[in-house]
Amino acid sequence: MNMHMQTTRTPAEEALLEAFSKLSTGLPGNGPVAEKRQEAVELLRKGLPTRKVEAWHYTDLRRLLSRLPDLEATAAVTARASILPDSVVLSVLNGRADAPEEIEGITAATSAQKLADGTAAALLGFEASDDTVSAINSAFAADGFMLDIPAGTEVSRPIELQNLHAGGQTHTRFAVKVGAGATATIVERHSGEGEAFVSSVSHLDVADNANVNWIIVQDQPESVSHLGRINVNIGQHAKVGLFVMNAGGKLVRQELRIVAAGEYSELRLRGINLLAGQSHCDVTMVLDHAAPHTTSTELFRNVVTGRAEGAFQGQIRVAREAQKTDAKMACNTLLLSDEGGFSSKPELEIFADDVACGHGATVTDIEKDHLFYLMARGIDEKTARGLLVKAFLAEVIEELEDESIVDALETKLDAWFAAHG
Amino acid sequence: MLEIKNLHARIAEDGTEILRGVNLTVKAGEVAAIMGPNGSGKSTLSYVLAGREDYEVTEGDILFNGESILEMDPAERAAAGIFLAFQYPMEIPGVATMEFLKVAMNAQRKVRGEDELKIPELMKRVRAAADELQMDMSMLKRPLNVGFSGGEKKRAEILQMKLLEPKLCVLDETDSGLDIDALKVVADGVNALRSPDRAVLVITHYQRLLEHIVPDTVHVLYRGRVATSGSKELALELERDGYAGLVGEAA
Ligand SMILES: Nc1ncnc2c1ncn2[C@@H]1O[C@H](COP(=O)(O)OP(=O)(O)OP(=O)(O)O)[C@@H](O)[C@H]1O
Ligand SMILES: [Mg+2]
Repeated sequence: MNMHMQTTRTPAEEALLEAFSKLSTGLPGNGPVAEKRQEAVELLRKGLPTRKVEAWHYTDLRRLLSRLPDLEATAAVTARASILPDSVVLSVLNGRADAPEEIEGITAATSAQKLADGTAAALLGFEASDDTVSAINSAFAADGFMLDIPAGTEVSRPIELQNLHAGGQTHTRFAVKVGAGATATIVERHSGEGEAFVSSVSHLDVADNANVNWIIVQDQPESVSHLGRINVNIGQHAKVGLFVMNAGGKLVRQELRIVAAGEYSELRLRGINLLAGQSHCDVTMVLDHAAPHTTSTELFRNVVTGRAEGAFQGQIRVAREAQKTDAKMACNTLLLSDEGGFSSKPELEIFADDVACGHGATVTDIEKDHLFYLMARGIDEKTARGLLVKAFLAEVIEELEDESIVDALETKLDAWFAAHG
Repeated sequence: MLEIKNLHARIAEDGTEILRGVNLTVKAGEVAAIMGPNGSGKSTLSYVLAGREDYEVTEGDILFNGESILEMDPAERAAAGIFLAFQYPMEIPGVATMEFLKVAMNAQRKVRGEDELKIPELMKRVRAAADELQMDMSMLKRPLNVGFSGGEKKRAEILQMKLLEPKLCVLDETDSGLDIDALKVVADGVNALRSPDRAVLVITHYQRLLEHIVPDTVHVLYRGRVATSGSKELALELERDGYAGLVGEAA
C-alpha cells in the first residue's frame, strides 16, 4: 500500500509515537513480543492511513483521529452487570484485567500474563500495511483475557468480556480457543465514560464441530475513538454466529476478519449499527471462503440520524477450491436525516465456479404511509417512528434463537432510542 | 359534533384539487352515510379528517366539537376521538399487532389522563373484542395486518375501533371485501358502538351495509362536493336509479 511518509505528523500520529516511547519498556513481553511491537510501531511511523488507502476509503483515519486523549484514565471504573443473565464476567477496567474468575473446565489467563511469558507472541503483528488496527493494538496491547475451552466442553454460562474505561488510552487483546465439538456464548463488550482512545483485537479460533455465538456490543460515549477487530477462524462443520452491535462512539472502526477454513463450516453474521449525532462508524469485513461446502450469511441493518456517517465494506473471497460455497450478504440502511449518510461497498471475489453468492444494499426512509397509520391510532410521531425503526431492526434480532439474547439486545435498542430517537 | 365548512383540499404533491367546497354537519349520536361515485373524493375526505399529510387544506375548516382540528397532527386528532377505519389498511411488517394495540391504547389513555393498561387487562379487552368480531386471537400474534386477508383486515380495523372507543368513527368502505356473515358481524360491532355521544360516518357504495347500520342521513359526494343530502330513503333511490339523475340535478 502507498502509505508514504507524511511531511508533517498529525497530533495523533505524534501522540502514538510518543506514547510508545513512554510506555514500551513497561508493556508486557520481551523477545518475540517486543519485536512484534517494534515492527508495528515502524508501520505507525509511516503515518495513519488516509482515504487513498482502499481499506480506509470511507474512514480517513488520519483526518478523523486527529488527536488522542491523555494516556491515563480520569477516574476508576467498576465492573457492570452482564448483558446476558447469569454470565461469567471477566472485566478489563481502564485497560487492566481483573484476576479471572474460575470457570469450570476452562483455562483462563490474562493477556498480560500471556504476553509476558511470550505465548501470545504469535497473535501480534499485522496482515498488511493497511492493517492499522492490528498494528496499533500490537504495539500497545497491555491486557485482556485468553481462554482455552477444551474439546467437547459445553460452556453452560455465557462469558462476558467486559472492557470498560473512564477515559484515557486502552489497548486490549482477547483470545478464545474453542476445542472440537465445544459450545460457548461469548459477549465482547466495550463501553465507558469520558474521552478515550480504545483499540481492541480479538481472536476466535473455532475447532471442528464446535458451535460459538459471539456478540460484540459497543456503546461508547460520543467522545471515544474505538478501533476494534476480530479475527475468526472456523473449522470443519463448525458454526459461528457473530453479532455486532454498534450503538455509540465518535469514531468507530470495527473490522471482522473471518476465514471459513474447514469444509462445511458456517458463519451467520448479523449486525446493527445505530448512528447518531456526529459519529462515524465503519464496519469492514473480509471473509474468506477457503474450503468447499462453506456457508455464510451476512445481514446488517443500520439506522442513521443527525449528521452521522456510516460505512459497511463487505468483501467475500471464494477460493478456487471452495466449490459449493453459499454466501449471501445484505446491508440495509434506514436514513432518518438528510444530513447523515451511509455507504455500502460489497465486493465479491470468486475464484471457484460452482458457488451461490449474492449481495444487496438498500437505503430507505421511514414509510410515510406507515407513520400515518400508526399516528392515526393516536401514537405520537416520536413513538411511531420508534416503532417503525424497531420494526426495521426486528428481523435481525428476532431470528436469534436465544430469548435472553433477544431481550438483552432489545434493551440496548430501547436505551439508544431513549437517548437518540 | 363534526362541522365541515366549505372544505377545499388538494394533493400536496401536485396541487390537484380533490375536495372543492365540502359542507357537512354530523351531530352527536348521528349515523351519516356518504355515498358517491368512484373518485368523487370520499376517501380523500376521510384522510383529510384524519390529518394525512399528502393533502393540503386550502380553504374552509373542520370543526370537531366546536374547535378547528386543522392544526392538529393525526395523533392529536386520534387522541381527540377521531378514528378512521381505512379502505385499504396497511401492512406494517415488524410491528407486532399486540404491541401496537398496547402502545395505541395507552397513548390515547395518557392524553386523556387515564392510567396505563397493564398487559393482563389489555389482553382481556382484546380477547373480548376479538370474540365479538369472531376473530381468531392467533391472528394478533402476527405483525400488524401482514398477510391478513381483505376481510380480516377490515375486521382488524373494527377491532381497533372497539378498543380505542373513539367519538367519531369514520368507516371507509368497511363493507367491501367482507363476506355476508362478516358484514353482519362487523355491522353489529359498529352498532354496539352507537351512542348519543358518538357519531359515525359510513362511506359505502352499497345499500346492503346500510340495512345493518341504518343511517340517519345520507349524503352524496360528487366531484369533491356534497351534491345532495337526504334521509335513509336516498340510499334506496340511488341503489335503484344510480347517480345519473342526481348528478344531472347538481350540475
Ligand atoms: N394521493 C393522491 N395522488 C393522486 N391522486 C389522488 C390521490 N388521492 C386521491 N387522488 C385522486 O383523487 C380522486 C378522489 O379519490 P378518492 O380516493 O378520494 O375517491 P373515492 O371517492 O374514495 O373513490 P372510491 O369510491 O373508488 O373509493 C381520484 O381521482 C383519485 O385518483
Ligand atoms: Mg375510496
